Amino acid sequence: MKRHLISAADLSRDDALLILDTADELAKISERSIKKLPTLRGRTVVNLFFEDSTRTRISFEAAAKRLSADVINFSAKGSSVSKGESLKDTALTLEAMGADAVVIRHGASGAPHRLASWVRGSVVNAGDGTHEHPTQALLDAFTMRRRLGSLDGRRVTIVGDILHSRVARSNVLLLATLGAEVTLVAPPTLLPVTVDSWPCEVSYDLDAVLPKSDVVMMLRVQRERMNAAFFPTEREYSRRYGLDRDRFARLRGETIVMHPGPMNRGMEIAADVADSPRSTIVEQVANGVTTRMAVLYLLLGGADLGGEIQ
Amino acid sequence: MKSIVIKDAKILGGAPADILIRDGLIAEVGHGLSGDETVGARGLVALPGLVDLHTHLREPGREDAETVETGTRAAALGGYTAVHAMANTEPVADTAGVVEQVWRLGQEAGRCDVRPVGAVTVGLGGERLAELGAMADSAARVRVFSDDGRCVSDAVLMRRALEYVKAFDGVVAQHAQEPRLTEGAQMNEGAVSGRLGLTGWPAVAEEAIIARDCLLAAHVGSRLHVCHLSTQGSVEIVRWAKSKGWDVTAEVTPHHLLLTDDLVEDSPVGSYNPIYKVNPPLRTHADVRALREALADGTIDCVATDHAPHPVEDKETEWAAAAMGMIGLETALSVVQEAMVETGLLDWAGVAERMSCAPARIGRLEGHGRPIEAGAPANITLYDPSARAEVDPAGYASKSRNTPYQGRTLPGRVVATFLRGRPTVLDGKLT
Repeated sequence: MKRHLISAADLSRDDALLILDTADELAKISERSIKKLPTLRGRTVVNLFFEDSTRTRISFEAAAKRLSADVINFSAKGSSVSKGESLKDTALTLEAMGADAVVIRHGASGAPHRLASWVRGSVVNAGDGTHEHPTQALLDAFTMRRRLGSLDGRRVTIVGDILHSRVARSNVLLLATLGAEVTLVAPPTLLPVTVDSWPCEVSYDLDAVLPKSDVVMMLRVQRERMNAAFFPTEREYSRRYGLDRDRFARLRGETIVMHPGPMNRGMEIAADVADSPRSTIVEQVANGVTTRMAVLYLLLGGADLGGEIQ
Repeated sequence: MKSIVIKDAKILGGAPADILIRDGLIAEVGHGLSGDETVGARGLVALPGLVDLHTHLREPGREDAETVETGTRAAALGGYTAVHAMANTEPVADTAGVVEQVWRLGQEAGRCDVRPVGAVTVGLGGERLAELGAMADSAARVRVFSDDGRCVSDAVLMRRALEYVKAFDGVVAQHAQEPRLTEGAQMNEGAVSGRLGLTGWPAVAEEAIIARDCLLAAHVGSRLHVCHLSTQGSVEIVRWAKSKGWDVTAEVTPHHLLLTDDLVEDSPVGSYNPIYKVNPPLRTHADVRALREALADGTIDCVATDHAPHPVEDKETEWAAAAMGMIGLETALSVVQEAMVETGLLDWAGVAERMSCAPARIGRLEGHGRPIEAGAPANITLYDPSARAEVDPAGYASKSRNTPYQGRTLPGRVVATFLRGRPTVLDGKLT
């Protein structure tokens, strides 16, 4: 594995499978009464969050703590960053504190790449602008594997604002690496103009794609897109691209429904679809902790897990 | 003033000859000439002193990035004898007072003629015409007007500007960027921007404005200059406008002749390195090919550096927060050699036309861009095309270090620059 996890493209098929297999092993721990491993004792993991994301930060924090790492949460709000400190100076500060890994969430695409050029520790991208969110893709793949087994040849449909979605970018790359067949569904305004160069299919017609899907992943639609004329109205979007009860009823029996959260219930996904047994939305949250444990464990030099789990 | 003889220089790359300089003029071109002082130029190409139509000297206002003094030093080292200083300073060069100040600073620095560019609109605001006539009549004798960095996007205002400057033979140099199509834009819109999740800067945002401006210029019978053309489509539009006989000229930067948008994704200096962030953005290989061909066939009239100095802290940031621009005065001729001469697209006479004669003509700059012959002002650049060196901005005269070529090996070296007979650079060093 590379030293950093910045893009899902950093992972070879073997790397990705190693992370997923490791996460499987680690999942067993969360079933025990004592959920903690001593593996990363004495190591420091910094959560560097320039954007509010309580869900992701808590997930990484829980993952690091279950591996006994020291966790420092560095939130940009109210810190020196809001007083104009540059990303580079923040990086040098973390470096001086001896961070072994920096988990970064930033509103600017590419911020983790810049950070990686200024610190010695491993950089884990927890979402950068409209670029990538590789641990989300890993936890999604982990969730799919648990429900469906191997991802080879599985048909995954990702629906929504692909243009601005870091979740979609990372998923397309990782799922292609793992052998799944991805179809993106969105209004043309919410697809990159060069999406035909991506390793996936593209459709504007959700109803045509749904019956063939093993997985349907709905993406959140940001309300601010409305004002930028990407689509005429919320209702029209919902009618054409929302997973409502009628569409849900036409899915094959084993098809699962995913959403990275937070959801707009009634917009891209109907409430009772989100709450149905075929929805993995709550599992995804739980699997997030396990998958992120696996990533931190492998990046920070963990070798064989076997002895520790027994 | 002592006479100088330049011995055995290949004028425009031709057969070796001597050039005798006396009283700031070229006194004679021939063989076996002698003077009070001799500058050996065996193996060197003699070009008319280079003229830049598009330079950011940053003074007044951003003296931390560049000053007229440091910028003209860089220009002389790059072989330039005249530069046009862009108007987006603080305060903006939109009055006779500011353009005269910049002009005087250039006179005092003395290494290179500084011709201020006047803003088209007050404060670059795009709402009211600046006092273009006052700037034209000032000591700075402004002839080129530009809101560079901003586009004069209002069609009526652009029409009026094009018409108005006819009264003093001025030209509007348009920064072609449709503002609504480029809101928040970060890099060329294409496969790379899609993968990197950076907001795309579509070619059509440039091309639509160029097409409109060509039509406006034709309608009112005015002269239009298009700044830093960067796309294949822009080339086709300018070619079409010229085929109609319209008075349209265009420039291309050295970096758009050599660099492409995939460097944002993967380069020797990493991914998302804002050293490659520039306006207009780096485009694709197909665009670079089209720009080179257009410069060769004259569709694009000249090379202009768009030398845009920025302090380190404005580039050592995440991509979206970084300033746009690259320095270029000290590498322009080398880049043109690599992109145009070594590819066989231009000979040295062609380089002289595109980097000296044409920009001087467009800027109505007398005394520059003249042939190297008896009677012309002695503005001469001596260049060694056989040299090769790794780019290291540590030694640059520019105050800023934001070159995209660091670590790259480029051909050629400016050996000497003469401004009206006075050497500003000798043996590759400032005099």
